Amino acid sequence: MSNPVFERIQAEISENPVVLYMKGTAMFPQCGFSARVVQILMHMGVKFKAVNVLEDPSLREGIKQFTNWPTIPQLYVKGEFVGGCDIVTEMFQSGELGQLFAEKGVEHRPVTA
Amino acid sequence: MPMSAAEIEALIKAALPDAQVTVEDLRGDGDHYAATVISPSFKGKTRVQQHQMIYAALQGRMGGALHALALQTAAPQD
Repeated sequence: MSNPVFERIQAEISENPVVLYMKGTAMFPQCGFSARVVQILMHMGVKFKAVNVLEDPSLREGIKQFTNWPTIPQLYVKGEFVGGCDIVTEMFQSGELGQLFAEKGVEHRPVTA
Repeated sequence: MPMSAAEIEALIKAALPDAQVTVEDLRGDGDHYAATVISPSFKGKTRVQQHQMIYAALQGRMGGALHALALQTAAPQD
């Protein structure tokens, strides 16, 4: 039994190098945690596709099952789940996020926390 | 039904008996906590896997009864 929501997610994370499933939009985040990840990505000059899960309840639930991760936001780089707000923040502060973008060939500004 | 810091600690310890757990109530509303968990069971695991172990310990409350839990996880230094 194929899952249309999983198929949509799989397509989005395959077609876009950096995808952020979030509450609200990049311009108008509607949750502090989502806003923080947006700030980090913008600070690093990374182009990303923001997907507002509030617009689609089946996506909001489906994304949690897709990765067995119970919260939003969720960041994907080159099709791989990187983490939520805590992990992305920790990786940004330790420099690991910049390394990940470099390894995956994602254009970014080499900035420190 | 909001959760208490003690409940969160108990659930994590039930699943990870060898863990050192500290839970901080960020806003006093039973909904926003920060937890630091240090456990040998995290050795060799990615951060995502470590956090998933905590979410599993919380038996589905994460994202429901518990709106926000800022997590810091690590294996003990050798």
